[in-house]
Amino acid sequence: MRDRSRGTAGNPPHRKLHFDGEASGLEVRDLTVTYGTEAGPLDTVRNVSLDIAPGEIYGLVGESGSGKTTLARAVVRYLPSNGRIKGGSLRLDGVDLLELTKAEVRRVWGSDITMVHQDPNTSVNPSMPVGEQIAEMARVHLDMPRARARRKAIEMLTKVRMSDPATVARRYAHQLSGGQLQRVLIAIALTTNPRLLIMDEPTTALDVTTEAVILDLVRDLLSEYQTAVLYITHNLGVVARLCHRVGVIYAGEMMEQGPLRGVFKEMLHPYTLGLLGSVPRVDVDKRDIVLNTIPGYIPQPDSLPAGCIFAPRCRGAEDACRAVRPLLVSDDGGTGHLTACRRWQALRRAPEEFATTQKKKDFVEPTTGDVVLEASRVKKYFPVSRVKLSDVLRGRRPMVRAVDDISVRVRKSFTMGIVGESGCGKTTLARCVAGLEKATSGEILLEQIKLPSTVAKRPADLLKKIQMVFQNPDASLNPHHTVGASVARPLVLLRHLSKGQIEERVRELFQAVNLPRDYIARLPHELSGGEKQRVAIARAFATDPVLMICDEPISSLDVSVQASLMNLLAELQDTKGTSYLFISHDLAAVRHLSDWIAVIYLGRLWEIGSALEVFTPPQHPYTEALLSALPIPDPDAKQNRIRLHGNVPSAVNIPSGCRFHPRCPRKIGEICEKEEPPWQEHRRWHRICCHIPVEELIEKQKGGGR
Amino acid sequence: MTIYLLRRVGFILLTLFLASIIIFAATQALPGDVAQVMLGQFATEQALANLREELGLNRPAYQQYFGWLGRFITGDWGNSMVSRQPVRPLIAARIRNSAMLALMALTFYVPLGILFGVIAALNREKPLDQIISGFSMAFVGLPEFVTGLLLISAFAFALAVLPANSSIAPNTSFREAFPSLILPAITVSLTSLGYVTRMTRAGTIDILNTDYVRAAELKGLPRAQVLMRHVLRNSLLPTVTVVAMGIGYLIGGLIITEAVFGYPGLGRLLVYGIQRRDVILIQACSMVVVTVYSLSNLFADILYSILNPRIRYR
Repeated sequence: MRDRSRGTAGNPPHRKLHFDGEASGLEVRDLTVTYGTEAGPLDTVRNVSLDIAPGEIYGLVGESGSGKTTLARAVVRYLPSNGRIKGGSLRLDGVDLLELTKAEVRRVWGSDITMVHQDPNTSVNPSMPVGEQIAEMARVHLDMPRARARRKAIEMLTKVRMSDPATVARRYAHQLSGGQLQRVLIAIALTTNPRLLIMDEPTTALDVTTEAVILDLVRDLLSEYQTAVLYITHNLGVVARLCHRVGVIYAGEMMEQGPLRGVFKEMLHPYTLGLLGSVPRVDVDKRDIVLNTIPGYIPQPDSLPAGCIFAPRCRGAEDACRAVRPLLVSDDGGTGHLTACRRWQALRRAPEEFATTQKKKDFVEPTTGDVVLEASRVKKYFPVSRVKLSDVLRGRRPMVRAVDDISVRVRKSFTMGIVGESGCGKTTLARCVAGLEKATSGEILLEQIKLPSTVAKRPADLLKKIQMVFQNPDASLNPHHTVGASVARPLVLLRHLSKGQIEERVRELFQAVNLPRDYIARLPHELSGGEKQRVAIARAFATDPVLMICDEPISSLDVSVQASLMNLLAELQDTKGTSYLFISHDLAAVRHLSDWIAVIYLGRLWEIGSALEVFTPPQHPYTEALLSALPIPDPDAKQNRIRLHGNVPSAVNIPSGCRFHPRCPRKIGEICEKEEPPWQEHRRWHRICCHIPVEELIEKQKGGGR
Repeated sequence: MTIYLLRRVGFILLTLFLASIIIFAATQALPGDVAQVMLGQFATEQALANLREELGLNRPAYQQYFGWLGRFITGDWGNSMVSRQPVRPLIAARIRNSAMLALMALTFYVPLGILFGVIAALNREKPLDQIISGFSMAFVGLPEFVTGLLLISAFAFALAVLPANSSIAPNTSFREAFPSLILPAITVSLTSLGYVTRMTRAGTIDILNTDYVRAAELKGLPRAQVLMRHVLRNSLLPTVTVVAMGIGYLIGGLIITEAVFGYPGLGRLLVYGIQRRDVILIQACSMVVVTVYSLSNLFADILYSILNPRIRYR
């Protein structure tokens, strides 16, 4: 809580007090934000200018540490106590926001400027019904009496297309899904019809299918409002789907800014080019290209290079680039396309000099190679932790059927990718294979040998063969051990090498994952997220496993870091012949790394085949929906608009017949509700589990949407 | 929620059952013969044997245990070995006294503790917070016999406004007992106040740092509304639990404070029983204390589940 000196409690709302000029949107000029730190003041955002017209959605893209959230907080004048605006101006509809007193700023919050925050699950008060959280906006800012405010809340919930808004209004946060909560936050933000709406990564915490629905909602809804929208994200695909104009921010400075198509199609800055090149695509994979990476790290505000701040990481940098900090200049095209690269004309002529998306070798038939892992009919049921009284009285014992009869096969030096929404059972399946969970039934064979169900029962020479890389390297590396010791640990436990041999092997492993040798003696907190994940990968490779289980290994990292890790995984597979079980909710990443893809939903397999086939129609309606939800960083990408509505049903009360039928956009009738669908063969390496015949799926999918 | 509460009640019954075994076993292990204690050193062998037979002391231990448990549950708590009077009315009167003291102490330290805790949290790491946190640490650390004696010398002797001895007569009304309750209540409060303050401070700091409080501020709500509706509603949950659980301590565990002031509470009755080796009184008293603790825990659980919608709407 800040600003306690000038409370505004009891002040009547002054909706039109300051804003009597024409609606001209947000105007940020040369904004510089400073944080006071132990090392002295740090300018984390420097000389940033941007304009957002009323009704316009402006996408601000940047990696972590780029200053995008600081910028947003500065715009709403909600900086932490050690932060302040050092220079520049901020005007909203002609009003100078920097001249407002703190009490006035508080009046602007909620009425003229509203915000939608990143994580809907933590941004809604858990002990107040959600409707009340909308209604209090209406009471405070629109001066509505209680009953009218309640009606307004239901009206806003209807507006954000919440089904059964009157009931939802009485619900608490824990009774709603992430997607529903994000609708609530959007409803709150639009209640007062604000002049400026700031959305800070509003879909990052959501599943791709929910994200697509929310993005559609935001786009459709905002077209009715004359609100200027600042949309902050790291996801280029989201920007391409939603925004009118884009700014690319790097280490606190604007690198490029312009209309969406201009920035995505004729980018004038090597950083933009690098970012776009590092996003995996759905039409090519690891066998076709090596993803572009941006070498080096984002500079800290206290150690900025003298010239262009991107020059140390730029493939096209010349001596002149390193000498003088370039200004943001226009390309003179009249569209307001600005770039901070002094070589933008060279970049426009020959982009290949600035970033490389290397071609790779030829296609290999994905059925070659011995079967390494054969998991058949694996089931994993968990007892329900919150038992209902009615169930106990009826003598029922409800189970969460997390994995319900899944069979997969992984061949030597190939990757089996597993995709599905969160809660579909993909992680549980991986944990059963790894022996971290005891499968309820089913058989798992590794190189023809039946695996004992849990790690504790597996002998060391079997443990050696299966290794795992987890999502969060912070949680999987011991913070008190040097990273070298973490990598040496499996060598000590599972391979019984001598001290000298271990040291040598650790050095080899660090080299294999492209980490400098002096990192061996460092502690995890001295490494960046991407580096820590490299250590985790080195540790997994320490025992020369035949199978690596990667559970969302790149999901928590920035796009350019994701790209370098995907390249590393592909390269290590090439040289060592390891097989991967790669689990991710990111379809593009799975497509890039996988030779085979298995699509799972509610604990069951629905489609399995070579990556190419799975991504080429015909597809299972669920796969189709996942693919059409995927935000592709290309404004011209043609995607069917197939959306899944409602929430993933609980794995306790699994729907009858085809368990996808309640959400299936292509449901054909009663048969879907009553009978389990059959498996259909399509070509050699592709099977689909659906009531709709493959030929019909082809027809339907040619036709686009419904 | 029903099943949650049923489970809690079941758990408490189990606790009481286990406690009864431990209490019975412990009193059995006390040195000396019960009959001897009752009749004194000069009793004849015949009188001792008769009493043993009458009390069932010759039967196997488990039979004695279940006999005792059954009588306890049905309300027959036996007669004191020392006074030969029924112990139940004696204990009931002491519970009433302890409850009066507990009520008094709660009205002192709960509102103050919450107030200080919230003030400290809002001024986190500023001088005001450091003063409050420093004092609450000091009071948690000070033993009750020190604060009690200091208070007595100040208010009873130096100022002579309050009684030094709080040994009220049985069945004194609250109004009559009031002056005698003030000093012991303050003594207890000083220790518990620090605890509640620190609990509230920690809880409030946690909630102030949540995304939803940040969101509520950026909604432009008046500060008081943010604090009352968004912060305190959530941040006082742990405090409420701690206070409710503290009731057990206030009623059954104030042995030192009651001794310092000579206050006739339940804690002192238990000590008295132990001093006299009054096994019947010890057993009944201990069971009552355990029950009071368990009930205050149950009360805390119920209160928590009512205040927390995540449990209420399971």
